[in-house]
Amino acid sequence: MTLKECYEEMEGDFEDVTSRLRTNERIQKFLLKVLDDKSFDLLLKSIEAEDWEEAFRAAHTLKGVCQNLAITRLYKSVSPLSDSLREGKRDSELLPMLKQVEKDYEHITKCIKRLEKEKE
Amino acid sequence: MSLRENNNGRKKILIVDDSEINRSLLSDMLSDEFDILEAENGMEAAAILHVREHEIALMLLDIVMPVMDGFEMLTVMNENGWIKSTPVIMISAETVPAYVDKAYDLGVLDYISRPFDERTVRRRVISTIMLAAKQKELSYMVADQIYEKEKDNRMMIEILSNLVEFRNGESGLHVIHIRMLTELLLKSLMEKTDQYKISKKDIPLICNASALHDIGKIAVPMEILNKPGRLTKEEFEIMKTHSAEGAKILGCIPMREKESLIQIGYQICRWHHERYDGKGYPDGLKGEEIPIAAQVVALADVYDALTSKRVYKEAYSHEKAMQMILDGESGNFNPLLLECLMDLSPILKEEWDSPLTGENPQKEIRSIVGHIMEKEELGVSERTLQLLEHERMKYHFLADLSSEVLFEYRAMPEMILLSEWGAAYLNMPETILNPREEAFGNRIFSRKDFSHLLERLKGTTIQNPVIEENYLLNINSCLRWSKVITYSIWSEGEQPKFEGAIGKIVDIHDHMVKVSELELMAAQDSLTGLLNHAAAKEKISSILSKDKEGKYMLIMADLDHFKEANDRFGHLFGDEVLRYAADKIRACTRSTDIVSRVGGDEFLVFMEYHEEGKAQVERIFHQLSGRYKEFVLSVSMGIVCIKGWDKDYKSLFHLADKAMYKAKLRGRGRYYFYEK
Repeated sequence: MTLKECYEEMEGDFEDVTSRLRTNERIQKFLLKVLDDKSFDLLLKSIEAEDWEEAFRAAHTLKGVCQNLAITRLYKSVSPLSDSLREGKRDSELLPMLKQVEKDYEHITKCIKRLEKEKE
Repeated sequence: MSLRENNNGRKKILIVDDSEINRSLLSDMLSDEFDILEAENGMEAAAILHVREHEIALMLLDIVMPVMDGFEMLTVMNENGWIKSTPVIMISAETVPAYVDKAYDLGVLDYISRPFDERTVRRRVISTIMLAAKQKELSYMVADQIYEKEKDNRMMIEILSNLVEFRNGESGLHVIHIRMLTELLLKSLMEKTDQYKISKKDIPLICNASALHDIGKIAVPMEILNKPGRLTKEEFEIMKTHSAEGAKILGCIPMREKESLIQIGYQICRWHHERYDGKGYPDGLKGEEIPIAAQVVALADVYDALTSKRVYKEAYSHEKAMQMILDGESGNFNPLLLECLMDLSPILKEEWDSPLTGENPQKEIRSIVGHIMEKEELGVSERTLQLLEHERMKYHFLADLSSEVLFEYRAMPEMILLSEWGAAYLNMPETILNPREEAFGNRIFSRKDFSHLLERLKGTTIQNPVIEENYLLNINSCLRWSKVITYSIWSEGEQPKFEGAIGKIVDIHDHMVKVSELELMAAQDSLTGLLNHAAAKEKISSILSKDKEGKYMLIMADLDHFKEANDRFGHLFGDEVLRYAADKIRACTRSTDIVSRVGGDEFLVFMEYHEEGKAQVERIFHQLSGRYKEFVLSVSMGIVCIKGWDKDYKSLFHLADKAMYKAKLRGRGRYYFYEK
């Protein structure tokens, strides 16, 4: 799987990320780093612990990462979650959004892992 | 070479973002041209700026972060003045105008929104650094020009006034004296009142102009100026023209009438011989009609004239001059200025006699420029940075050498900075943010001790900045007594703010242990290891004074025929008997009982009793009856039982002693309870 195919698979914007980050090596290097990023775990944990401030920061960080790497699909689902957390929405209202984020996150990590595997 | 560049000439950029990916992405884009420092939040960034403010060429700052977010960080940067020296670019996904506006209001120079575009990031970073560098360069140029201009001004004024003094047969010192005294008086006056609307900027101006006060003497003939004896009335009238003449000279400088130096010089020249009571010359101005600059220089002039030698008089002492001025023998002055002069009296007495060198005016110029730089908010010069770097090197060297934990406490945001050696010794990082919540404030120090220390720090004042406390610290799981000494630091300026403190932690554990061992040794009888009488007395007295209800008994025991043991078997044997007896008593008493060798062969036991106490007494009595080697052991004991005792130890001891003698008298080898 090429980098471009990976972006297509995870519904990201390859053209955008190439225009901004310039080289495939760089894009790939940082895309693989997403697997080590702790903000998704932190998001789940903080929501469970009802630490809403921390949950907002985690969602916000994840959103920033997606934005920088043009992971559009996840960006689109985490963005409203981040906004809702900032606005002070709680539990039941967040649940559907959180479900979507979880689904998308799983999907993109699966794609990235495949990319990583084939690289080796 | 600038300190903002390291050895290979690269500038340093500080990236502050809580996401590792975002930091390394930015770092990746910039690291081939810049050296990158990273911080996870505002707090960490503040710690870096505390130490390396002037090395950071640019800061990239995220908004949403834990611990201390971007806006809080900017607020801290404003409070500490870092925002002036460190250009900041905000990076954020927030494009809400309110956020952007707030960022600009707090002093950021540019705003980059996510997602990052490599070209945009690089270009904006480079142009912001260039802009800031240009600005800095310009401010140095301005500072240099001001310095040069001030220097030229000063030089011209000094040439001119020296000329006058030369004609006048005075040394050039008079001008320098007047300048210094004028400055001291003005500063003192500013502290007392703001009625004259003197600002800090006016001081150097008035001081400069003060040098011109006597230029009018150029129009006075030499014979009159240098006449050793008293002037005739006519001659004095001519002499008096010098003030109006001086003003005229300054008044006719074409095109310069509006310059403040000329205007103030005019006031000083014309009116430095006016008197507060209106009896001076040339215009007979009275009280506050006389401009304050002229009032101040007039007083400075009189003081210096009195304390200097002149052709017509010897120099008076400081005390004599002060007295002549205060008594109104030499002029008549504004009472407030006389108050200032009195306040300055100790300084004048001490410093007026010290030889003045040409260095002083130089220092003055430096202080003027320094002052202008501060006012105009220009940056620090490269030279200052180098000096700072030298100081830092010296500090590191000495700190490592001293084997003490040196530290700095910063109040805002709260942090502890440890010396390298200290950090290694305590097994802590060199920078500890939020120390109350970290091991430093709740493990090394107990939470209670650390709050106590911070409370004490808050209680320090500029007059009493030093505190010294001993704490039991947990250093790598060892409890050690340590002495903490700190010196609090306040900001410069008219309203100093508590900024924190520097201090050191010294291990005094061995010393403390030694002291408590010595205390113990001092309380012991060296032969038997029992308490000596003084120590026992202190303990018993303390119990008696605290417990007014308890049932206690005091037992006095005296070995019978002990003298014989010494006489027959020698002193060494006698000592053995005493040690044996002591061990026996120890064996049948509890550790909470007080057992003491009162002296010679007399022992004392103080213990609680229940019921009658007879059983306890019997036990001791039997232990001390029997045989030690060839010596037959026998004892006479006197006991006094108390239940509540409102008298002192001495009277209790006296009763027990009395009971013991009763036992002796009744034939030894027995015990006797005291009865009233």
